[in-house]
Amino acid sequence: MEKTVNQKAWFLVLPVLVLVAFSAVIPLMTVVNYSVQDTFGNNQFFWAGLEWFSEMLHSERMWNALTRQLMFSAIILAIEVPLGIFVALNMPKRGFWASVCLVLMALPLLIPWNVVGTIWQIFGRVDIGLLGYTLEQLGIPYNYTQDIFAAWATVVVMDVWHWTSLVALLAYAGLQSIPDAYYQAAKIDQASRWSVFRYIELPKMQGVLMIAILLRFMDSFMIYTEPFVVTGGGPGNATTFLSIDLVKMALGQFDLGPAAAFSIMYFLVILLICWVFYTVMTNLDKRGVVQ
Amino acid sequence: MAQITLENLAHSYLPNPRGEDDYALKELNHVWTDGEAYALLGSSGCGKTTLLNIISGLLTPSQGRILFDGNDVTHAPTAARNIAQVFQFPVVYDTMTVRQNLAFPLKNRGEDAATIARRVQEIAQMIGMEGELDRKAQGLTADAKQKISLGRGMVREDVNALLFDEPLTVIDPHMKWELRTQLKSLHRQFGHTMIYVTHDQTEALTFADKVVVMYDGRVVQIGTPEELFETPEHTFVGYFIGSPGMNIIPAQVEGTQAHVNGSAIDLGRGYGPLNGKVVIGVRPEHARLSASEGLPVRIRRVEDVGRHKIVRAEFFGNDINIIAREDEAIGADMTRVVFQPGKVNVYADDWRVKGEAA
Repeated sequence: MEKTVNQKAWFLVLPVLVLVAFSAVIPLMTVVNYSVQDTFGNNQFFWAGLEWFSEMLHSERMWNALTRQLMFSAIILAIEVPLGIFVALNMPKRGFWASVCLVLMALPLLIPWNVVGTIWQIFGRVDIGLLGYTLEQLGIPYNYTQDIFAAWATVVVMDVWHWTSLVALLAYAGLQSIPDAYYQAAKIDQASRWSVFRYIELPKMQGVLMIAILLRFMDSFMIYTEPFVVTGGGPGNATTFLSIDLVKMALGQFDLGPAAAFSIMYFLVILLICWVFYTVMTNLDKRGVVQ
Repeated sequence: MAQITLENLAHSYLPNPRGEDDYALKELNHVWTDGEAYALLGSSGCGKTTLLNIISGLLTPSQGRILFDGNDVTHAPTAARNIAQVFQFPVVYDTMTVRQNLAFPLKNRGEDAATIARRVQEIAQMIGMEGELDRKAQGLTADAKQKISLGRGMVREDVNALLFDEPLTVIDPHMKWELRTQLKSLHRQFGHTMIYVTHDQTEALTFADKVVVMYDGRVVQIGTPEELFETPEHTFVGYFIGSPGMNIIPAQVEGTQAHVNGSAIDLGRGYGPLNGKVVIGVRPEHARLSASEGLPVRIRRVEDVGRHKIVRAEFFGNDINIIAREDEAIGADMTRVVFQPGKVNVYADDWRVKGEAA
């Protein structure tokens, strides 16, 4: 059969191409453009090659931000995943209270980031905040504007408060998909509670948990608003994560070249981690079928 | 191995059952004799699974008691009852190998490694999966998974009872027969009390010493396959057992005769006055076509099913079936039907009325 040739069909995809160009390609290319040039103002640009990239790779500032960022993501994952699973396991399976729990769990997810930041910023204040004031009265030193540990604790607890629900809801969905027969069979086999979790619940939640971990990792790796509102990256640079640092560099210091190189590397790191996750996930699936 | 006694047992899924209709399982007294193989037969939704889950402790009955060898276990958890149950659809532990799956119940009971290895080997041979012992259970076909479920049910030697809830639904027909034979030989070998739930009468009749027929949440008859066939105690048993089921014809019964549309049928037994809706029941096997004797029928169609012929006919406005021998010629003059006297049962409001010898 002869293939129909109709060049006019290209016009039909044109709107999408234009849209994608304006929303993704052009902004990204602008960044690429900045990353390989230097300017001294007056809109005059000079070719700089890979200089900014090499400068960024040797910049202690960026490596420190990256370390803080990785630590932050690791800590919140280590708390949110087990806690989310624990919450999901203890949520009612059906009935009125199941709906109530679901709504309550979903609430933190619906609050805008900067509002979450503001809530915790006030909540933690020693003079008027419920948390800060109480701790102060109990004699526990807590001041997130001066103490590094207090600042980290606040940012971590805030993220746990904001996002554990997501892990819990996903885990809950995974648990709901397990047929009753599995629990009944486990009872017949005289399995312990731990065995039920280890051999029934955990394997059945594996898929949704991978998604939860991926989402939480990506989101925490790009976190900006909440710590910016609460600590502004301080005290010192203690809670200056990658995106906060990036904004400081690009808009605060107007170092467009280094900031552009930084963003591209940031983007590549996220892409790389996504790819690793994706590979691990698909391999897990495959192993189940082939073996 | 235990004798299981059910005392005034009943169950409703509603919190405050009002009438009898609210009960999924109506009041029941029964003793499951130690070491017997029972089949629990009935159509879907008649309470078979409910009864099974009450025995295994997955469900606590609304009323009544369950005794294992005289000990009250009504509120004992499933794990304390040491009972095996196999469900309709396969349940395997995906992340374990076939071997680990089979060993799981033994491990949970703290058996020693040598016993576990021996039993797993025996069971693997029985279900024909010796070659796949070290394979992950995930990704096996549905019937392989169900064989593992069956194996896990049979792996403990000391269980009080083995309960099967339509376990062969997903197994292909050839393997079905083989597994049923294995179950029977297992029963002979260990003498476990076995209860086998099914809605397939062939399965029930070939597996069990005694068949328990349930209908609408009630046990309507317990008996040997022969008793169920010859003297169904309830019209449902007559209809459900046999292929095709018993013919049921509304009639007036007086003394030793039944009258259908004014014509008399000899019953071979005498009956007193009956109340309620009266019908007579005759098995197709006990009816025969004739050219000269009996009552008029109109033959609709003859189905040759190989071993015999099934004659579908109309008898005074009622559909009836007659089984004719394979070599029996059915001529155009065979317009009458004869019911074998003594093989005609009488039912008042669906329950059989015992006649007196005439």
